[in-house]
Amino acid sequence: MPEYTLRIRRFDPQSGDAAYWDEHTVEMPETQSVLDAILSVRDTTDGSIGIRCSCQQAICGSCGVRMNGKPGLACNTHLEEAAKRKRGTASSATDGAAQTPVITVEPMGNMPVIRDLIVDMDAVHWKKIQRVTPWLINKEPIPEREYIVPHDNMVDVTQTMACIQCGACVSDCLAMEVDPGFIGPAALAKSYRFVGDPRDAQHRERLKDLSEDEQGIYDCTHCFNCIEACPKGVDPMNQIMRLRRIAGSDFKINDRNNGHRHEAAFVTLVRDYGLLHEAELLPRSYGGNSWWGKFHPAAAMELLSSLSSVVTAVMRGKVSPKLAMLGHKIPADDLKAVKQIYTKVDGRDERNELNLYVTGYEDDPRHAPHTDIATPLHVDTPVAQATDGAATASPTQTESETT
Amino acid sequence: MKVAYWPGCVSRGFTPELHGSMAKVAPLLDIELIELDRGACCGAGVIAEHNQELADTLNARTFALAQQTDGELMMNICSTCQGAQSECQERLDANTDYRNQINANLADEGLSYERGLTNKNFLWLLVEEIGLDTLKAKVTRPLTDLRVGPFYGCYIVRPVERLHITEEHPRDRYMHWVIEALGGTVVDYAGVYKCCGFPIITMNKDASLTQAGRHVGDALDAEADCLVVPCPLCHLNLDLQQPLAAKVVGRELGLPVLHLPQLIGLALGLSPKELGMSKHVVRPTSVIDWSTSVVAGTAAA
Repeated sequence: MPEYTLRIRRFDPQSGDAAYWDEHTVEMPETQSVLDAILSVRDTTDGSIGIRCSCQQAICGSCGVRMNGKPGLACNTHLEEAAKRKRGTASSATDGAAQTPVITVEPMGNMPVIRDLIVDMDAVHWKKIQRVTPWLINKEPIPEREYIVPHDNMVDVTQTMACIQCGACVSDCLAMEVDPGFIGPAALAKSYRFVGDPRDAQHRERLKDLSEDEQGIYDCTHCFNCIEACPKGVDPMNQIMRLRRIAGSDFKINDRNNGHRHEAAFVTLVRDYGLLHEAELLPRSYGGNSWWGKFHPAAAMELLSSLSSVVTAVMRGKVSPKLAMLGHKIPADDLKAVKQIYTKVDGRDERNELNLYVTGYEDDPRHAPHTDIATPLHVDTPVAQATDGAATASPTQTESETT
Repeated sequence: MKVAYWPGCVSRGFTPELHGSMAKVAPLLDIELIELDRGACCGAGVIAEHNQELADTLNARTFALAQQTDGELMMNICSTCQGAQSECQERLDANTDYRNQINANLADEGLSYERGLTNKNFLWLLVEEIGLDTLKAKVTRPLTDLRVGPFYGCYIVRPVERLHITEEHPRDRYMHWVIEALGGTVVDYAGVYKCCGFPIITMNKDASLTQAGRHVGDALDAEADCLVVPCPLCHLNLDLQQPLAAKVVGRELGLPVLHLPQLIGLALGLSPKELGMSKHVVRPTSVIDWSTSVVAGTAAA
């Protein structure tokens, strides 16, 4: 049976002592979980190890920890898999295997430690969840019978409903690391759960709130850490990007954080030049999406504060004054083609999107469509189902598709 | 080998030294670059944030242009382009109906994207196509004693599944390997896989520059002589913005940041000037002062 060295970070803030590393050797099959190993050490060697856990089957979300630098649930991470992890990455096979694989177990990041592997979820995670109004605000008038949600909408929001509030994404959020007030991946994914739900009455209000908040949707640095961290495939960052898309493209919310202006300027500049005109993008992001944007006081202020960088860049020959003024363009015929694409695609009444979570991937069994979540009602008789939904719906549908 | 070469916008705009150094280094590695100068911006995730179909169409157009060349594959020199294009390609390859809809948007030009394009960042191409042994054999000025901190940026290491980072192809270790192959020393520091902060520079400048400043500071604390990046946007935040980042984090910085082709060019014997290193905001003195860090011993033939 393989041996593993379990290296646990121990810390009791109330003791006044510094944190230290505690090493234990465990002998267990490689498909046992990291939690199994921790519990066995606690039961046999040291009863004082602090770890929170309950269901032991990746449902309750209690045992979030960092294993070899990567966050996840201790209960659904095999010893073998944890041992292979390298800090910040998923694979490491290359860097010489030690005789006994070491698994470093630490508390999650971005949250204060209560003891050992237990972090204060209330202080950070739950505060942020409360921040986004995490309940459905019903449309009025409330229908007499069930409110039937279109199948694709329902499957779509089940992705965010899959969140078990373990905090793994919060642990490794790089925006939160420098800006602890950032609402963060878990809470914003939760917010999409309602913005993506057609039964909710306050999509605009929710999005306006999250756009205007300095630490809202536009504070995400797009680093993908939360996508990698999530043990349930919620893809929080993707949900944040969709919140931005709906806020900007559908509701035209022009926030004070330059989020929408930046996006609009970027999109317009690529239409007009084919390539990004970097020197125009900055002032337009602050001053508004036109050539005049740079004369707006907000843009002038920003240019002034960046003046030293700009001057150095020009002096070093990094940026020629001509490029800064005129930008660079693709050939005329290609630019014409790009503009035609814009007219056609951006001019549609309804945006055309492919949601791979709903559709799955052709020829890839690992990514089958999520059709098992909620079977649609009889699609061939839409009228009958709307009036007689309860009678025809299976028990699962009644639970998941109705309020 | 011949490659359809996508340089991206910023390498031809605000970091011309990246495009220039790639052009200089390519022939030394026997790479023939067929530049895709008709392609439009990849959208950097921002166009997709506005309209997914628009970003997918623009990138499908670039892919179709690449497929018209006689290059063996498509190569880019920008992590952000790699990430944004891989995301679009994932959708295009996953669903025939969707791909047909996107190709219909390109029909006026007679273009069409066929499923299964290979699009590799220069770093991946270097390790997987050219090979570290070949690279080593070409080194004429080993980077002896040069302590290099790899800074991967986000788009080229996450999400691992989309980017095909596997045990057989641990692409998130390649920069470590390349630095070693060139004779340098890899410096491990906290920021190796973190975000440079660039995407939020216009939305939350303080947070953005705190990220950049911390990573540079951490690398300095680990006694790095320089950082190396495979992404021009990381370069903007780590080099161009470094003086401002220093103010935000309240410490002196001053760490040179090299583009990947520049680091390779140095080891292959090109001069710092040829590689456009005079264009950097933080002067790469510690890297180009041959009397100290880099002892330019000529490799045995």
